[in-house]
Amino acid sequence: MLSSDQVLHVARLARLELTDEEVTRMGLELSNVLDHIEKIGELGELEGVVPTSHVVELENVLREDSPHQSLSPGVVLASAPDPAPGGFRVPSPGTS
Amino acid sequence: MTATELVGLTAAEAIGRIRAGELEPAELWSAYQQRAQADDLNAYTWVADADAPAADPAAPLAGVPVAVKDLFCTEGIPSQAGSRILENYCPPYTATAIQNIYDAGAPLLAKTNQDEFAMGSSNENSAYGPVLNPWDRARVPGGSSGGSAAAVAAGLAPWATGTDTGGSIRQPAALCGIVGFKPTYGAISRYGMIAFASSLDQAGTFTRDVTDAALLLEAMVGKDPYDSTCLGLPEPVQPPTATDLRGVRLGVPEELSGEGIEPGVLAAFERTLDIARDLGATVESTHLPHAAHGLSAYYLIAPAECSSNLARFDGVRYGMRVDDGGGLLDMYTGTRAAGFGDEVKRRIMLGTYALSSGYYDAYYGRAQKVRTKISEDFESAFSAFDFLVTPTSPGVAFELGAKSDDPLAMYFNDFCTVPMSLAGIPALSIPNGTAQAPGGSSTELPTGFQIAGPAFSENKLLNAAYALETALAFDSSPAREAS
Amino acid sequence: MNVELEPVIGLEIHVQLKTRTKMFCSCALSFGEEPNTRTCPICLGLPGTLPVTNAQAVHFGLMMAMAFDCEIAPKSIFHRKNYFYPDLAKGYQISQYDIPLCSNGRLGDVRIHRIHLEEDAAKLVHEGASGRIHDSDSSVVDYNRGGTPLAEMVTEPDLRSAEQARDWLNLLRVTLRQLGVSDVNMEEGSLRCDANVSVRPRGSSELGTKTELKNMNSFRFVMQGINAEIARQTALVQAGEPVVQETLHFDPVTGRLSSLRSKEEAHDYRYFPEPDLVPVAPTEAMLERARTAIPELPAAREERYGRDFSLGGDTARLLAYEPQFGDYFEATTQEATAGVSPAVLANWVTELRTRIGASSDPAESKVTPDALAVLAALVTERRINASAGRQVLDTLVAEGGDVAAIVEREGLAAMDSDEELAGIVKAALEANADAAAKVRDGNAKAMGPIVGYVMRETKGRADGGEVGRLVREQLGI
Repeated sequence: MLSSDQVLHVARLARLELTDEEVTRMGLELSNVLDHIEKIGELGELEGVVPTSHVVELENVLREDSPHQSLSPGVVLASAPDPAPGGFRVPSPGTS
Repeated sequence: MTATELVGLTAAEAIGRIRAGELEPAELWSAYQQRAQADDLNAYTWVADADAPAADPAAPLAGVPVAVKDLFCTEGIPSQAGSRILENYCPPYTATAIQNIYDAGAPLLAKTNQDEFAMGSSNENSAYGPVLNPWDRARVPGGSSGGSAAAVAAGLAPWATGTDTGGSIRQPAALCGIVGFKPTYGAISRYGMIAFASSLDQAGTFTRDVTDAALLLEAMVGKDPYDSTCLGLPEPVQPPTATDLRGVRLGVPEELSGEGIEPGVLAAFERTLDIARDLGATVESTHLPHAAHGLSAYYLIAPAECSSNLARFDGVRYGMRVDDGGGLLDMYTGTRAAGFGDEVKRRIMLGTYALSSGYYDAYYGRAQKVRTKISEDFESAFSAFDFLVTPTSPGVAFELGAKSDDPLAMYFNDFCTVPMSLAGIPALSIPNGTAQAPGGSSTELPTGFQIAGPAFSENKLLNAAYALETALAFDSSPAREAS
Repeated sequence: MNVELEPVIGLEIHVQLKTRTKMFCSCALSFGEEPNTRTCPICLGLPGTLPVTNAQAVHFGLMMAMAFDCEIAPKSIFHRKNYFYPDLAKGYQISQYDIPLCSNGRLGDVRIHRIHLEEDAAKLVHEGASGRIHDSDSSVVDYNRGGTPLAEMVTEPDLRSAEQARDWLNLLRVTLRQLGVSDVNMEEGSLRCDANVSVRPRGSSELGTKTELKNMNSFRFVMQGINAEIARQTALVQAGEPVVQETLHFDPVTGRLSSLRSKEEAHDYRYFPEPDLVPVAPTEAMLERARTAIPELPAAREERYGRDFSLGGDTARLLAYEPQFGDYFEATTQEATAGVSPAVLANWVTELRTRIGASSDPAESKVTPDALAVLAALVTERRINASAGRQVLDTLVAEGGDVAAIVEREGLAAMDSDEELAGIVKAALEANADAAAKVRDGNAKAMGPIVGYVMRETKGRADGGEVGRLVREQLGI
């Protein structure tokens, strides 16, 4: 069972604001899912098994070092929530 | 031809008529555009309002329009991935797979509704509302590509693209009575497909029949310099022609075809196995010893990758922002709290937890090892069988809201489809009959039959599916006629 | 307690690679362009985009691996380092984690623990009155730099003083420059250095608690920062107080170190293998290409100059660390006649360097190696004296031309006839009888007016040494 503190710690890592109700509910739901998922702990013979992070058996997929046309500034900032002359404006990190 | 007759044509039939000069692409466009604009299934989030674009009858897809899942970026056209956080977002570029379709001569008809960021099995997780199943509007179409499945089934589009991470093409195809094909991982470029779980995400097709699946797939596949993990396919996808299954060895994994499957679905599955035998196939039961753990591994790997993939939705460069002046951290947490729905938050939390310090080995690391074992299970099974077959979904379409409060029950929908995703192998669902939902409903709802083959066996898989499809002679017209 | 303490220093260096395009997209690298004009859907982290690795960045990484005698991983992979910050477009940095491109190398006396490839962050410009992070209400992100290829190098803690750290960093800089993999300019940020510093009782083999120093963006600041931290830790230890493991920010204005407020959460980067990229497994062809691209490196060249040309340490290092002057020096040795020593040629090259500046390429100056060799020969053979030689060099630097013609035109040839010079010396002694008497009495400094007279009379063509000899001869001393 995940404690509220654990839920809040994970929420902070994930930059998600949760209401008190959500903290409780999320704790329960995640615990239920994890209980089920932990069945994979029952598999005993995984010592020495190579983990699969990818099924594609490719190597050295590399790109030639030649420049393309970058986007025009208008396009770059077209979807910005708070565009500024110098780029994308954000609240100061200092106050966080 | 009447509009109803027009939308009764498969895409291949329509292409044939266009090439023969019997049908103007513009006629087809107008017929579908009208139906799409009248969409009452909430299958679409955007419909083209322009007149029929110029079409080239000689092009491979001859101007037959296509519906595209909203997860694919389309330049200048809203690409919202079913999420509030991307409301009205119009990307400055088009996904490679979709550009390939345009290049093959198919214009964009509409963007389809979906579960938010492709997380869900019912399409109830869309910020733009649930999609209704054309067979029974009180029921879900499946998910996450529910809009694509419903649109094709209801005759709102001749065909559509989808994406499949753990079953998001195959399961809704089964629940809507159409063909859904998830090819080998890496066959189709992921560039421009908004990422959910990168090592599992694979684009694919929704079509009325197997022949159309081959056509649309051939347009989409191909290497892409913008996707390092994309291989294309070793040979062109050919229209299927097989009329029997002589010499074909079908394996039925016991782990995926017994416990937890609704009786009606199992009965349809057994009937299909009989038909396969009649067509000359051998059918034997077999084992995928680790398949039962597929769901657990999947629900660690996919959320872990999603927690990282969705970090870019931070209110800085695009999409929504909630800023009450409390500084950067507040802007981040407020934006993401308001922009993401419950299921997305749940998976981000699960994935963040699974990757966090002290838990990696027990969760993510272990899940990757289970993934290896599952791949080995398939490899070993394919040494004895040409294909493995299972019911696509454990049940028929369920009622809206029936499982929305129970994440685990919802996750179980992917039970039969997740192992193939983990192994990266091609799998296709064809409609193989109907069944009544449990609980005394008299409504007949479609069931799906899943056929999975070794990596890069697309052509063989399509042929086997085609032979079965012909023999099954499933009638998909009720869904179109109801719309 | 007053134990003798020894500093232990390791460096973490970020090297911006001099590729044409970014690490994972084809945007050209940025050199002060308008904000966000070197960006594309990939480096802006737009939904749906994917990274593709720059082959040249891998090539440069392999060159570095070989130049520093590293072991190259048969198969290295990229990881995602997850954290939120506006300068990180994707919410994660693509870096290498448990399997870096290469490890266990060495440069000079310092072992290199590992070198890995990663992408640089964007630039966050703080708006507001003071421009300091803590005082501004908002910041603006410019993604031009985001995605620039970086090689991160981590050394073992093998350095024992700030001076040694500075000298080694200089060797690293000139080596990387010679490799051609980076502009290695600390002020411009293409070479960035953090230092891990601890102290321990001399002779101990255990490591003390270390602190990490950041923001030392010049060689001088690296020295100042490390020295300040050594002093701080030494004072703590001598006072019996513990050193706390922390990250310190060096303020070049005050020369002070301040603790970076530790974030509320411990860093939890949630590393996992980057599923959008495939492993880098250097093939024999890739390795061979890197091997053949490596020029002679400064340390090897310095050693060769000592061995083959008997150059002194400082001169050998200067010419080896500034390879354009080394190359030029070697060209003069090809042109020089027998009897002109390489050391003399090297001195003339350093004379030239003083005149054109250390950052210039002598090969592009108006002075050809042949001309400099001829000049050196004339001076060696005493056909002109040293100051005339420097005058000729001034003319060559300004106008170029033929050495003999300049000597002729400016009347700088040394006097051919000893008799003529002897006569002038005699006249000089007569005209400066007082000085002559003092010289005779052993006051060598009194020679000045006599030599001055001779030089005036000869218009400077007389050889100073020869004049001195004749003075002493005529005075019978």
